[in-house]
Amino acid sequence: MYQSPGLLAEIVISLFLVIGGLFGLVGAIGLLKLKDTMQRLHAPTKATTLGVGGCLIGSMLYYLLIDGRVSFHELLIALFLFLTAPITANFIAKTWMTANLRKEDLPPSGRPHGWAIYDDPPGGDPRD
Amino acid sequence: MLRRALPHPLLTLILTIVWMMLVNKVTLGHLFLGVVLGVVIPGLTAPYWPNRPKLGRPLKMAEYATIVLWDIIRANVTVARIVLFKPVVDIHSQWVALPLDLTSPEAITALAGTITMTPGTVSATLSSDGGALLIHCLHNDDPDAVCREIKHRYERRLKEIFE
Amino acid sequence: MITYALIFAMACYGFGLLATLWKLVTGPQAADRIMALDTMVINFIALMVLYGVWQGTPIYFEASMLIAMVGFVSTVAFCRFVLRGNIIE
Repeated sequence: MYQSPGLLAEIVISLFLVIGGLFGLVGAIGLLKLKDTMQRLHAPTKATTLGVGGCLIGSMLYYLLIDGRVSFHELLIALFLFLTAPITANFIAKTWMTANLRKEDLPPSGRPHGWAIYDDPPGGDPRD
Repeated sequence: MLRRALPHPLLTLILTIVWMMLVNKVTLGHLFLGVVLGVVIPGLTAPYWPNRPKLGRPLKMAEYATIVLWDIIRANVTVARIVLFKPVVDIHSQWVALPLDLTSPEAITALAGTITMTPGTVSATLSSDGGALLIHCLHNDDPDAVCREIKHRYERRLKEIFE
Repeated sequence: MITYALIFAMACYGFGLLATLWKLVTGPQAADRIMALDTMVINFIALMVLYGVWQGTPIYFEASMLIAMVGFVSTVAFCRFVLRGNIIE
């Protein structure tokens, strides 16, 4: 399949792949182990992002060191995942909160207006 | 005139670069196509982006990106340790309300994204006047320490970049 | 050595896929199921990238990029549907 690229390159690539795999595993274990939905939200958003990041860096180094060509696609995928992970986490948290929490379960916002999922914005369109 | 033709110069630049990365090779034809896309897409979507966000200080942005990347790695190790080695009953999760000093929507969005990606915290919602952020901490006993760290580490820098 | 590392990583993400499938079936609420689907998409992207390295071809990157985009949009659409009852207002 491939000719040997030198031991150091192989070790580095393998290290990144193993780290990526380990963090993916941590995300899966967190998903199974933690009991509360909001707690479970922490495991996938963090662990899988770095897990996929490790795999992508490993793959990028593989193409760079072994095939000798620069590949930017991994960078794009990693950038996209890092940009979208907070948004999906935020949406999932909101979905869970509207179904399960009442206003009294949350700490006060310390402002004249309450949290946006319960209170309308001051003087604005109530649909926002 | 130039403002009409290029409503968002930064977006044009980013679109061109992303197109070159998608194609994954540098030729004159693809560069031309990328520039055409970078001019046409912001032009067509300009009505949806009325104001141009103010961005300054590329060095500060690079510093911020480095800090966030480092914190993402730290966050992963922290969360992995909590997930793997802490019994479920010992994990004290709590909600924290963070009062915001930032006012521009872009800065608050960046801060919320950063908080979600960094150690043991997920930003959940905003107060309806945009002055406070609700954060969920995976394992934490001292809400004030979390607020202080976020304010010192991220919010101060974002204020310098966006305002 | 890369081969063994690849096998290890693929096994980890395979287990991750099974875990998300379990959560997708058992997750008590809609939010849990959406989260399981989102994690499943991310795991699948990783698996696909690893398979691309295994086969030594870059053709899978385009597929995984498309899946990343479609997965993001579908998660947001699901959440909006659960939150508001419709997707496009």
